[in-house]
Amino acid sequence: MKQLLRIAFFSTLIVMSGGAALAVQPDEVLKDARLEDRARHLSSELRCLVCQNQSIDDSDAPLARDLRVLVRERLQAGDSDGAVMDYVVARYGEFILLRPRLSASTYALWLAPLVILLSGAILARQLFRSAGDRKASSPPLSDEEARKLRRVLEQG
Amino acid sequence: MIVEIGHFALILAFAVALAQMGSAAWAAYQSDDAALSIAPSAAMAQFGLLIIAFSALVWAYVASDFSVANVWQNSHSAKPLIYKISGAWGNHEGSMLLWVLILALFGAAVAAFGENLPARLKTNALGVQGCIGAAFLAFVIFTSNPFARLDPAPFEGQGLNPILQDPALAIHPPLLYAGYVGFSMAFSFAIAALLEGRISAAWARWVRPWTLVAWMFLTLGIAMGSWWAYYELGWGGWWFWDPVENASFMPWLAGTALLHSAVVMEKRDALKVWTVLLAIITFALSLMGTFLVRSGVLTSVHAFAVDPERGIFILAIIAFFAGGGFALFAWRAPLLRQGGIFAPISREASLVLNNLLLSTACAAVFIGTLYPLALEALTGAKISVGAPYFNAVFVPLMIPLLVAVPFGPFLAWKRGDILGVAQRLVFAAGLSILAAIVAFAITQRGPALAPLGIGLGTWLIIGALSELASRVKLFQAPLAENWRRLCSLPRSSFGTTIAHLGVGVAVLGIVSTTAWRSEHIMVMKPGEPVDFAGYTLTFKGITKREGANYVEDVGEFVATQNGREITSLLPSKRQYTAPPTVTTEAAIHPSLAGDFYVVLGEANAGGGVVARLYFHPLIRLIWIGACIMFLGGALSLSDRRLRIGAPARRRASPKLASQSP
Repeated sequence: MKQLLRIAFFSTLIVMSGGAALAVQPDEVLKDARLEDRARHLSSELRCLVCQNQSIDDSDAPLARDLRVLVRERLQAGDSDGAVMDYVVARYGEFILLRPRLSASTYALWLAPLVILLSGAILARQLFRSAGDRKASSPPLSDEEARKLRRVLEQG
Repeated sequence: MIVEIGHFALILAFAVALAQMGSAAWAAYQSDDAALSIAPSAAMAQFGLLIIAFSALVWAYVASDFSVANVWQNSHSAKPLIYKISGAWGNHEGSMLLWVLILALFGAAVAAFGENLPARLKTNALGVQGCIGAAFLAFVIFTSNPFARLDPAPFEGQGLNPILQDPALAIHPPLLYAGYVGFSMAFSFAIAALLEGRISAAWARWVRPWTLVAWMFLTLGIAMGSWWAYYELGWGGWWFWDPVENASFMPWLAGTALLHSAVVMEKRDALKVWTVLLAIITFALSLMGTFLVRSGVLTSVHAFAVDPERGIFILAIIAFFAGGGFALFAWRAPLLRQGGIFAPISREASLVLNNLLLSTACAAVFIGTLYPLALEALTGAKISVGAPYFNAVFVPLMIPLLVAVPFGPFLAWKRGDILGVAQRLVFAAGLSILAAIVAFAITQRGPALAPLGIGLGTWLIIGALSELASRVKLFQAPLAENWRRLCSLPRSSFGTTIAHLGVGVAVLGIVSTTAWRSEHIMVMKPGEPVDFAGYTLTFKGITKREGANYVEDVGEFVATQNGREITSLLPSKRQYTAPPTVTTEAAIHPSLAGDFYVVLGEANAGGGVVARLYFHPLIRLIWIGACIMFLGGALSLSDRRLRIGAPARRRASPKLASQSP
């Protein structure tokens, strides 16, 4: 219940503040620049759960801050990027990933653009093929027509 | 009294829209030519009435008439005048009234400027417009009436959300709606043509100017929204793949494809069926955009109307127009005869490639935007589809398209010579490679592929200019000849060059700011200088200031470069009183190399303050590019109007007409 109230309170706050992003605070930044870069990259792929379509990297919600700190703690503990993501997903569910993982429920999401592109390409190919057919299907000139054509050409 | 006149005019406009629709249907079914002239007059009348209704609403806002519920909810007497006016469409009811007003404006423009349209086509198209107008007017009157009164009248209004109190957001919705609604013209013409079962290349010539106008405004509207997000949302992001942004981007992608396929149809009588389908799809996407934003079905920062009843009403409108449009298409499209054959390497084929990639990109955005909703409705599983997905899918589709763009205008119709074109683009290719190498040499960090992006932008710009150079035979003929050719070029061909050049400029901006944005977050103490992105920044202190309807804490930062003072940056945190809201106002110092962007954070106990410094290299090119694209469209439009409006003049100069692409 407390958690719910907290979420309700902070989501109102965010709506009120118009999502003015204050995001990462100076005290969160890791000393190790490469580790920090990795942390920033991972943060941009994680959704702030109490915001509307913001990553935790852009959000100033306290929950987003907790998550940023969590990600940095895991990285400092020596986790790989994949392990950090697994850890976060295990706690918060797939909903937190801004780039959904390939699974039975997301095959359609990831494959649809490719399928559409290929079917479009096949349809477009038919445009040329039928154009080619139409050209081929026009019958060759008869002898009479050929003679006429030659006459016209010679005159011109 | 004025409000009642507005309300009455609104209801009358609904009746007139019904008459516009009914008279057109009567004229079509009874073959009654006398009835053909009713629809154009009705379109003019509808527009006039909606001007009255809209002016009445603006008046109520300017006069702060809080007895009108809509004004009470969204305005405040202490608001600056410009936001009182823009507040009229900064809310659901008012913005829907603006939507129907712009719809009526387009209808009236067809009635007024469409003298050269065949009477039957014109009337049918205006009939469809009347039908769309009637549906949305019913929506406004029955679910979103902006003129509803309150009794007793409150003393003071509740105020407009401060993040909407902004000049860019004052003109963003009208531009966006002009784009969305403008595509209704292409739709109406498509339906009219399908009803007649007959479509000619001339159809494309009538439809293209309307589509072009819509596309130009949508381009500007999207750019404006992105610019607003950049300076208002606090860290300099300019595109978030937010569902509401996607809602406006999908019609833009489809509309861009439509503009290009209509060229093929106009010049070569080919791709008719596809062009008609695309016209229907583009408007269906515009309606869907309206639905997504207005129904609040997607919870996102922009959705400020949450009411399921309205959502269902708009959904019914979409189902009727999109469903009806597609059904009519399936029934009638087989009647349309395809003409104009062409080889796989030709101008037509390059435009087919353009359409293939743009439509796929549009479909990808569509799927990404709606997938979470569909999945949750079907299985209850909740997933998020955010920026990383869209970047992963969209960018690979855009790269081949952008690489291909400079080839298109060089290729001949019917059968082109790709090697010949490649030869003429050698100079552009060389410069692009050079640009990529220079970008690689002067940057130390960032993604390895980013310099190639700079090469791509250069390729688009120089490629577009090469085409112009080859048309005027630059370096191949004497200067006088160059000049003579330049003067006799049709404006539409300048339009193409400039629009493509604008795409290149925007690409340069997008690549630079995405790859090489730098950022520094720290606590700054007064008087302690900080070096960042070639500037030295010193924090001076915080002062309080009072604005028209807010108080703010303003931080003063002095930026110097090589010991010389460049500018003072004044980012602030604002506390608005009505409604009580805090916003952060970034301070931005633009320069040729990029924007220096400072955001003020929390004050620190030790007298310091959290400051966020960003440098966004070349970011302005994104919006400059969009403006250049708009300009290209405008040039092309000015040419087309001339040719359509004055067929006699066209006959007088056949050379000019035959040269245009």
